[in-house]
Amino acid sequence: MELLVALMVGVLVAASVHLMLARNVLRFIFGLVLISNAANLTIFVSGRLTPESPPLIPEGATTPVADAANALPQALVLTAIVIGFGLFAFALTLVYRTYQNLGTLNSDEMRLAEPVEGRPSTAKQVAEKQYIARDTQS
Amino acid sequence: MSWILATPIIIPFATAVLAFLFRHGPEGRWISVLGSAGLLIASVFLMIEVLDQGVVAAQMGQWAAPFGITLVADLLSAVMVVITGITGLAVAIYALADVDDRKESLGYHALYQVLLAGVCGAFLTGDLFNLYVWFEVMLISSFGLLILGGTRQQLDGGIKYVTLNLISTILFLSGVGLLYGMTGTLNMADLHGAVQEVENPGLLVVVAVMFMIAFGVKAAVFPLFFWLPASYHTPAISVSAIFAGLLTKVGVYALIRMFTLVFTTDVPYTHTILLWVAGFTMVTGVLGAAAMNDFRRILSFHIVSQIGYMILGLALFTPLAIVGAVFYLVHHIIVKANLFLVAGVARRIAGSTELSQIGGLYKTAPLLALLFLIPAFSLAGFPPLSGFWAKFVLIKAALEDGGYFIAFVALAVGLLTIYSMTKIWGNAFWKPHPAGLNPSLSSLAPKDRAALLTPIATLAILTCIIGLFPEPFIQFAERSADQLLNPEVYVQAVLGAAPEVSQ
Repeated sequence: MELLVALMVGVLVAASVHLMLARNVLRFIFGLVLISNAANLTIFVSGRLTPESPPLIPEGATTPVADAANALPQALVLTAIVIGFGLFAFALTLVYRTYQNLGTLNSDEMRLAEPVEGRPSTAKQVAEKQYIARDTQS
Repeated sequence: MSWILATPIIIPFATAVLAFLFRHGPEGRWISVLGSAGLLIASVFLMIEVLDQGVVAAQMGQWAAPFGITLVADLLSAVMVVITGITGLAVAIYALADVDDRKESLGYHALYQVLLAGVCGAFLTGDLFNLYVWFEVMLISSFGLLILGGTRQQLDGGIKYVTLNLISTILFLSGVGLLYGMTGTLNMADLHGAVQEVENPGLLVVVAVMFMIAFGVKAAVFPLFFWLPASYHTPAISVSAIFAGLLTKVGVYALIRMFTLVFTTDVPYTHTILLWVAGFTMVTGVLGAAAMNDFRRILSFHIVSQIGYMILGLALFTPLAIVGAVFYLVHHIIVKANLFLVAGVARRIAGSTELSQIGGLYKTAPLLALLFLIPAFSLAGFPPLSGFWAKFVLIKAALEDGGYFIAFVALAVGLLTIYSMTKIWGNAFWKPHPAGLNPSLSSLAPKDRAALLTPIATLAILTCIIGLFPEPFIQFAERSADQLLNPEVYVQAVLGAAPEVSQ
């Protein structure tokens, strides 16, 4: 079971690296979603997978019964999922707004904050250039 | 009493809620100033407590140490929280005049206070997973602050900042998972003992390097820094200033904490990597600064090169070097936030931060020129300002350790820092204004002038005080380094006198 999850982590990381190497920022964000799930699975599997029983404490006892599942990684993963979800909601909104404002999802064309010398540097010029490029493509 | 440990986290959160409720009126900004003042007072009380008792620790919810959530403050944590309070208050006052009504009603002050809470939480937590959570609190609020206002430049810089920081977060999280799998605990004090018992020390080094990369992105070290100069010059000045002062230093703090407390099993390997990283960070940062033509972008690259000095202190790993790193950390936060605040005033009165488009500040605003010179000289390491002592201690430590080359690099980088500062000085202050303007401080409304200049002057005086009377500060740094290199006190304070055996 551990081996299966470990393989799964590897597959997820490979897929996400493939996505993140793209110049398209949206693909990059999807890559991030995948790799964060790989990280969550890593935490989950590092707590040792035990199929036996839920970590409930019987009435009168003070410790869980033997062979109970490890509750801590589950709590950690739950926290990490919630935080990750918030972050990706933000990141997606940011990408959407950036697309609206800059008219591009290509990270090579995002040079507004660090203009290259000798190229159009004002936001307007870059946007105009990109609009022209898009129009000629379609 | 242990509740005092939680106050630097609770106060900013409560302030954030209040400031959010009053975000549409002028009350919000005053709530923010009051809350920051409260944070400063609480942090000073915490400092007194720590000076009194050594390491202070508290278990939240009465769960015993390796299982529950631990808050712990040693001298390093305490001084970082005090510095957070000082810069937090300074920037909150500055924001009275700097942040416009639109950004305020979008929730600037609430986000700002959440940022402070996240930073304090990261300094005070004694548990690795909670460190991750506080990093996230800090990150989410910094994302919000960074793109607040939504100009194209901000969105562009924001994409780089957000994506790179998310990658480092994910690496951090995976590292936490693997470390838990190997040791069965995430409490930092407990980890100190647990890593000694790991069967395969090679794996531990792999995890150590994962943490090094994750914190290295946050601290903006070579070669992981490029998000910083891409984004730090885009938001409002008060946001830039608090980012420049505090955020990267949280990464440095985490590195110092982890690589003195937990990952000390293979010092020759890990700390040699850190030494190379430190050298390259210093050089690339200052070369970047020398190539830039914008006030704020030069300062952003300076952050990178200065981080190198702190990492150098950690990498040498001798008592004197750690003293230097702690001293540098404290000095740098004050100076760097101050420089960004000065850049903001220069933009206000001269119209831009692009060096080719401004000038004449020395002739018409001599007070601002003086206020720029103090932190600039301090950063470059002129005696008798605080930066001189910080560099002096570090270079002395390097020479004592036989690192002549790295000491030479550190000195040369200091010279190049002066070069890039003279670039700002020559363009922004000495040459006449290209548009024929006569920028002067009296063009600001008296109320704005007070709000902008008070924090700048206070921080400048602070760096002068540290520079003129370094003895108590060095002594403090020595005690703090002593605690870092002998973590038994820390471990005992967290786990209790007789540490319980973890499962």
